[in-house]
Amino acid sequence: MPQINLLQAVNSALDTAMASDQRVICLGEDIGEFGGVFRATSKLQEKYGKQRCFNTPITEQGIVGFSIGLAAQGSVAVAEIQFADYIFPAFDQIVNEAAKFRYRSGDQFSCGGLTIRTPYGGGIAGGLYHSQSPEAYFCHTPGLKVVIPSTAYQAKGLLLASIRDPDPVIFFEPKAIYRAEVGEVPDQDYEIPLGIAEVVTRGTDVTLLGWGAQMHQLHRAAKMALEDGIQCEVIDLRTLLPWDLETIVASVNKTGRLIVSHEAPRTGGFAGEIAAAIQEECFLSLESPIIRVTGMDTPFPLVFEKEYLPDYLKVYEAIKQSVNF
Amino acid sequence: MTAKANVIGVPRFTEITDLTIPTLSILDAEGKLRKDAHEPLINKATAMKIYQDMAYIRILDERMVAAQRQGRLSFYLTCTGEEASVVGSIAGFKSHDMVMSQYREQAALRYRGFSSEQFMNQLLSNDLDFGKGRQMPIHYGSRELNYMTISSTLATQIPQAAGYAYGQKLSGKDACTICYFGEGAASEGDFHAGLNMAAVSNCPVVFVVRNNGYAISTPTSEQFSGDGIAPRGIGYGISSIRVDGNDILAVYAASVEARKLALEKNAPVIVETMSYRLGAHSTSDDPTNYRSSAEEDVWRKKDPILRMKNWMLDKGWWSDQQDHQLKAQYKKEILDALKSQEKRPSPSISELITDVYKTPPAHLQKQYKDLLSHIDKYPDHYLPNPNKVDHQTALTQFN
Repeated sequence: MPQINLLQAVNSALDTAMASDQRVICLGEDIGEFGGVFRATSKLQEKYGKQRCFNTPITEQGIVGFSIGLAAQGSVAVAEIQFADYIFPAFDQIVNEAAKFRYRSGDQFSCGGLTIRTPYGGGIAGGLYHSQSPEAYFCHTPGLKVVIPSTAYQAKGLLLASIRDPDPVIFFEPKAIYRAEVGEVPDQDYEIPLGIAEVVTRGTDVTLLGWGAQMHQLHRAAKMALEDGIQCEVIDLRTLLPWDLETIVASVNKTGRLIVSHEAPRTGGFAGEIAAAIQEECFLSLESPIIRVTGMDTPFPLVFEKEYLPDYLKVYEAIKQSVNF
Repeated sequence: MTAKANVIGVPRFTEITDLTIPTLSILDAEGKLRKDAHEPLINKATAMKIYQDMAYIRILDERMVAAQRQGRLSFYLTCTGEEASVVGSIAGFKSHDMVMSQYREQAALRYRGFSSEQFMNQLLSNDLDFGKGRQMPIHYGSRELNYMTISSTLATQIPQAAGYAYGQKLSGKDACTICYFGEGAASEGDFHAGLNMAAVSNCPVVFVVRNNGYAISTPTSEQFSGDGIAPRGIGYGISSIRVDGNDILAVYAASVEARKLALEKNAPVIVETMSYRLGAHSTSDDPTNYRSSAEEDVWRKKDPILRMKNWMLDKGWWSDQQDHQLKAQYKKEILDALKSQEKRPSPSISELITDVYKTPPAHLQKQYKDLLSHIDKYPDHYLPNPNKVDHQTALTQFN
């Protein structure tokens, strides 16, 4: 199996989707001949023509609204928003339109063929407007699915599943590990089902839960903890909405401890939702309070990015705190 | 304003070709006054300042791209090729007028008086950066110079400029707002919202649209189908003019008139400057992937700085010797500033939680204290230069 990086896996998924279904159309800023600012759509215009892979004007609300219409017509729209920080002009189209399209029409109409891909996250010296993790805003919107891969293998399988899913999906790509994250990815078509978490490392003492680029910090912290004799169970949520409660409950019932970590600010972050649901389900199994290791409640900084981010050392400290409670 | 109904009895569609927007052009490619053109009133001191600031920015941009390649800056973005569009327009305004720019207008900030040290402080995120090291390089701002802090988000400043100008009008001061953006940003919803509101609310704001051919890799042919941006202004009921953006006199003449019009009529005005982004979009971009060097060469020959220089030489206001001296002086000034300002420390880590709100709320103060105790456990891992930061002082600041 070829070793490719996460970005190439995204490209491979798009290529596979376009080859297997004539209805798949990719659109976004600079994605045409140039292949996107990160090159996720490299060579797709050359292969499938300008009608199926094209540059749009700079208008995120236009891109998403157009894609909703395209999907409602029966096409499969894969829209790229250049940075997740720039998704907000499209917020109305996503939250009020895409998410409610099927519901408000009694399933006469849907835009289920819509997938919005967007690179997110920090760690690239991007400051306020090239670093944000806005997943929680969208997880608060019934009707959307929210998916975040952390490996090249996941990126291809989850993106193909997202594109073919009957509901609109926002697919956040961890840009900090676009090239660093390399793994075996099949050339052929495959899907990873949405809504199912992956238990990456089995353990008995404490459950570590995260998604996207944050998985690297969790794995690293788990290794440090192992040297202290603490066995972490590391889980990659993969789909945030709808999320796999069952897998997390099973793990926490076993370990009695949970740490949830994300880059986004703490207040209103998705870790809060998970913590609330887990204490409802696992109250009697919990040995210590559920801990959130997150970004701070500030805009994303530049010079103090390293201090702001919930890195492996902060996760490691949380593990000790949880175990020693 | 309701136009007299012009009724027709058979369907006839109005086409873009029914509206032709002329282009103001005063200097020809060699810097000579065109035959039927009127030279705007411009004194020698203003002309010298305009020329010197354009020359300064060209050198700053060259040096900073080099510094970025050497790893001394994380990012940079040049104004190369568009210096006349920016300096010619800002020169038509008063220093108390507000500037709300996109991110490629550092030449306007220079014109207002931003020093080499101040540029470096922002680019290097040091302790003297007005933005406290929070934003990527080139996101300048200066309260003192009436230059609103830049945001990476596109076109958001357009409706804001309308609102700012409306406030200026109500305050009764002889002040307006100049708002810059590119032809790519004009595709955003905020452009349309902002123009319409500016027109309906009679706001004294001048929108300077730098039509420079590209939005990152996307050429204007894939950005819009109509005839540029100026005709859109007409659609919103806004006085609009198109100028040769590489012709300093054309940009200046149009801008002086635009400001006058905006304040006399209490109305928005659009100035569309036709130019070319000669450099990459930014240091993260490589234009060889999407355009030819032959195309760039055509525009390199239309260099706005050289064109102005020739006009100045003809006037006897400038000499080659002065030019040589000036450029050497700027090069030295910029490199000296880079060297001195990169030795400065980072802002204090306490700035991590300031300015989120006027006063940091309790939950944020707690997060900050937790962070400091965490850093104390791993002093070598964080704050690579601990001597730069007095975080004990920082800690007590909120206690």
